[in-house]
Amino acid sequence: MKIKRIGVAAIALAAAGALTLTGCTSGSPSSSGAAGDSSAIITTNGSEPQNPLIPTNTNEVGGGKILDAIFAGLVYYDAKGAVHNDVAESIESDDAQNYTIKIKPDLKFTNGDPVNAESFVKAWNYGAALDNAQLSSYFFGDIEGFSLDENRPELSGLKVVDDLTFTVALVQPESDFPLSLGYSAFYPLPESAWEDLDAFGENPVGNGPYMLDGEGAWKHNEEISLVTNPDYDGPRKAQNGGLDIIFYASQDASYADLQGGNVDVVDQIPEAALASYADEFPDRSVNQAAAIFQSFTIPARLPHFSGEEGQLRRAAISMAINREEITDVIFEGTRTPAHDFTSPVIDGYSEDVPGSEVLEFNPEKAKELWAQADAIAPWSGTFQIAYNADGGHQGWVDAVSNQLKNNLGIDASGNPYPTFAEARTEITNRTIQTAFRSGWQADYPALFNFLGPLYGTGAGSNDGDYSNPEVDALLKEGRAETDIDAANEKFQQVQEILFKDLPAVPLWYSNVNGAWNDTVDNVEFGWNSVPLYYQITKAAE
Amino acid sequence: MSSNTRSTQQHYVAPVEETPLVAIDAVKAEGKPSNLWRDAWADVRRRPMFWISAAIILLVVVVALFPGLFTQVPPNNDCQLSNSNAGPAPGHPLGFTKQGCDIYSRIIHGTSTSLSVGLIVTVLVAVLGILFGAFAGFYGGWVDSVLSRLGDIFFSIPYILAAVVVMSVLSKYASIWTIALAIGIFAWPATARVLRAEILRVKNSDFVMAATALGVSRFRILLRHVLPNSIAPVIVITTISLASAIVAEATLSFLGVGLPSSIMSWGNDISQAQRDLRTAPQTLILPSIALSVTVLSFIMLGEVIRDALDPKARARR
Amino acid sequence: MAGYILRRLLQAIPVLLGTTFLIYFMVFAMPGDPVVALFGDKTPPPQVLEAVRERYNLDKPFIVQYLLFLGGIFRGDFGISFSGEPVSDILARTFPVTLQLAAIATVFLAVGGILIGLISGLRKGGIFDASALVVSLILISLPIFVVAFTAQYIFGVQLGWFRTTVGSGAPIQDLILPAMVLATGSFAQIVRLTRASVIETDGQDFVRTAASKGLSRRRIVPVHILRNSLIPVVTYIAVDFGVLMVGATVTEGIFNVPGVGRTLYQAIIRGEGPTVVSFVTVMVLIYLIVNLLVDLLYAVLDPRIRYVK
Repeated sequence: MKIKRIGVAAIALAAAGALTLTGCTSGSPSSSGAAGDSSAIITTNGSEPQNPLIPTNTNEVGGGKILDAIFAGLVYYDAKGAVHNDVAESIESDDAQNYTIKIKPDLKFTNGDPVNAESFVKAWNYGAALDNAQLSSYFFGDIEGFSLDENRPELSGLKVVDDLTFTVALVQPESDFPLSLGYSAFYPLPESAWEDLDAFGENPVGNGPYMLDGEGAWKHNEEISLVTNPDYDGPRKAQNGGLDIIFYASQDASYADLQGGNVDVVDQIPEAALASYADEFPDRSVNQAAAIFQSFTIPARLPHFSGEEGQLRRAAISMAINREEITDVIFEGTRTPAHDFTSPVIDGYSEDVPGSEVLEFNPEKAKELWAQADAIAPWSGTFQIAYNADGGHQGWVDAVSNQLKNNLGIDASGNPYPTFAEARTEITNRTIQTAFRSGWQADYPALFNFLGPLYGTGAGSNDGDYSNPEVDALLKEGRAETDIDAANEKFQQVQEILFKDLPAVPLWYSNVNGAWNDTVDNVEFGWNSVPLYYQITKAAE
Repeated sequence: MSSNTRSTQQHYVAPVEETPLVAIDAVKAEGKPSNLWRDAWADVRRRPMFWISAAIILLVVVVALFPGLFTQVPPNNDCQLSNSNAGPAPGHPLGFTKQGCDIYSRIIHGTSTSLSVGLIVTVLVAVLGILFGAFAGFYGGWVDSVLSRLGDIFFSIPYILAAVVVMSVLSKYASIWTIALAIGIFAWPATARVLRAEILRVKNSDFVMAATALGVSRFRILLRHVLPNSIAPVIVITTISLASAIVAEATLSFLGVGLPSSIMSWGNDISQAQRDLRTAPQTLILPSIALSVTVLSFIMLGEVIRDALDPKARARR
Repeated sequence: MAGYILRRLLQAIPVLLGTTFLIYFMVFAMPGDPVVALFGDKTPPPQVLEAVRERYNLDKPFIVQYLLFLGGIFRGDFGISFSGEPVSDILARTFPVTLQLAAIATVFLAVGGILIGLISGLRKGGIFDASALVVSLILISLPIFVVAFTAQYIFGVQLGWFRTTVGSGAPIQDLILPAMVLATGSFAQIVRLTRASVIETDGQDFVRTAASKGLSRRRIVPVHILRNSLIPVVTYIAVDFGVLMVGATVTEGIFNVPGVGRTLYQAIIRGEGPTVVSFVTVMVLIYLIVNLLVDLLYAVLDPRIRYVK
């Protein structure tokens, strides 16, 4: 068994609808396009949430999928990643720093509590306060009044204007702030939640397209049963009767159940089936690039990897890797070779950012650059890539190592850490003395989200301690631009610099791989790799 | 055992008047001084099974010690993805792994790892198991309580889980020694319990009472009379535990806490190949065959020795 | 006899303390900060890390954590998992499932393994003996994940005889396939052990005596040979039952059984000390009770063994 920890996927993933549900089904074909049974329950795969179901304390796929189904945020993302209002009537700002948010009237949580400005402000204040130790607290870090040094029960940047209006003041202009509001950390909470938040986390009450099927619907480690919320009348209105999310310990188990007809839709395919699933589920599978970027980071502090020598060696390593071959052979074409530091599903993506040639396989040039670096200071030792052994990374790490060995003539190997916790701890504490696997799944669909948190000086996830004042300045300028195209231009300039410095060596984008049985129709996957459950239809049994 | 030349009272030499089958047993008692181990050897060398299994084991040991005699292909270099899961090619009689490495070479070079892990675990389990089991079963009372409960502590922690923890703690030093320690340190109580049970049974036998009556010391009774007559199930379990240990190494690789891929081992290759079970079964089956043949030889050898050590089984032939 | 049982129960206390301490220490000594892992590939600010650690008592020294936990147990409070569920609920949910799984597997083992081992032993060197050796050998030299995936694919997906994974509520019929897979792991041991023991018993004086008294083989085999061969086998099965109770990590993962092995493995990987120790505590209790029963059973199987001096 493999604990499912697909790189980035262990992180936050959220946004996108949910639903589906149960039923042991075998057979019962539905003619394509037939109207679904509005009471049919759709079954899908999931994993046991690692934390109580509280939006600001959930940052992993298992819980995120459920929260996205039972909550509606200010905005939501469609299949393409475009942002539309859900609960919000309007989100406005003149300066990209001070926002006024108006909420649609007469919305209710499933327990009857109203959805109003207080529902958001209180939830956000709770999520941000240090003493509450919420896992997603840093999402509020750009709001005025946020502090990591003392507990502040209320953010000074949040003000309730009237029942349905509140304002947000940021510490600096950020034109992509409204884009981030579909992330689960920004969901509202009903008044009743504050009576007993622990109990709420076990039986959460939301305002989304689905709701829990009564008390105890969350059967730990087995499944959670959701039914359609009859009061939800927003853009994600469910076309089916409910959603049963079955918790699987491994991708292999969920795929076996798909084959056995015990589950309708799965959004992950185990390694053993990557080669065959498209044939086994003809016209009922997807394999498309997703908002997940995979790389390995070479920390700036490693000997031989700074200054001019470092640039040469980084470029040589990048060019010595045949990304096409690895994605084809090791991943059976279920990864897309990287052409930049972001993802093709993000608005503003380009394959042809100047400098991206460094990602193309060129063994001669690689050898030449490596030799030039050796002229500055001779290489010695083994080039190692650290990874967590519980995440299924050994295959590609070994393949990359073999290519480096073959094409650069150096010794190279993987450096496995038994657990994800150990690898992350060494990385966080900066005690790791090798290159290491890195990956990023976007929280919200924007170029900045792939760049700022990873390569800005001192940024939260800049684990290689990369620092370049030019990059910092461009990131700041880009964020302040109110015009999205002008902003993206700045961000592409950031990438041009990154291609020279290669703080991380881009490898590929993870694809979303999923398949479904002929019991269901209208299956489409969202930008964040999760099926848009609300629009799936299922014929009556 | 060479110092041991004195005649030994074997348990089938019971007081004549208590033994209705004296005629059968008497045959041996009149012979020259007998020695359990010398007799066993005399018995064992007459059996083809012994020579076959011994020959295979010898071959495996030679492969483990001198892999260079059997292949010139480096196992871990020159792996080309273009050869991924490809069939046999000139110079590569068994084809290639998913990573495009030579399967034959990897099997040859993985032998020493898998064999060492198996042997170290077996020795560890046998030594600890026999010590704890023998003393607990034979002396009983508080010795039994202390030793058995100590065994309980180790055994109630499931060994795969314990191995995960031990390998995590020692991950910086991952080697055949740490993995053998991780597997063995929590596996010996099974052997101890089985031996203890067997000794509980044997120590009430007539020949033990006879030896006691003759004034033989307690420790000597344990060593010369009780242990040899209780050891058979231990040998069976131990030879099988050699197999389990080699397989456990594969399971630990599967769980992500096995040996790093830079150390060649059958278990590592099996757990990697498991993902291609349906598309390229040969990558799984070939190292599995190597493992099975090795394991089979040890089990066979264990059976032969067990039979030889059982005086009654011998007397019957 | 009663005195013996009472003594054994009292001995359980140091065993419990020793085991919980050992496992708690091992989990504590595992490198890696479980709190860091909670944030996935994102690096949280150190202040947030500190705050989360404090919430789970992970900022305290090892011995304090252990004593806090131990104190809780004596009050019947096993603590709370990272997911906010009381650990006692998790125990109540997972142990019955795994108990069923282990029980079914043990039945397969006991019936199948002893029967085959008995026949092998009685017809030592015959065709049946040789085939049994080869089959059990193949099973033992295949890692359990290979057996499990193959069984799942053939019997679940292709033939459809069993549900591919265990469904909601873990009904018994869904547990049969995983239990069979689980049993293969120890099948060879039971067969070989029974065979060896039967061969040995078959050579004993009392068997020859019985035969010379004119008793039929049909009566000698079950009454004299089998009964006297069972001690090592029963011991091993009992020991193995303990292993099956908790060691089903891989099988439970592949068949998605919501049982002890899978839950415990996840807790270990996540570094959830209190959850791990609570599980081990219950396991140790089960293990000690099973062992006690086995020791008592010895006296039934072999009247020469006595516990009362």
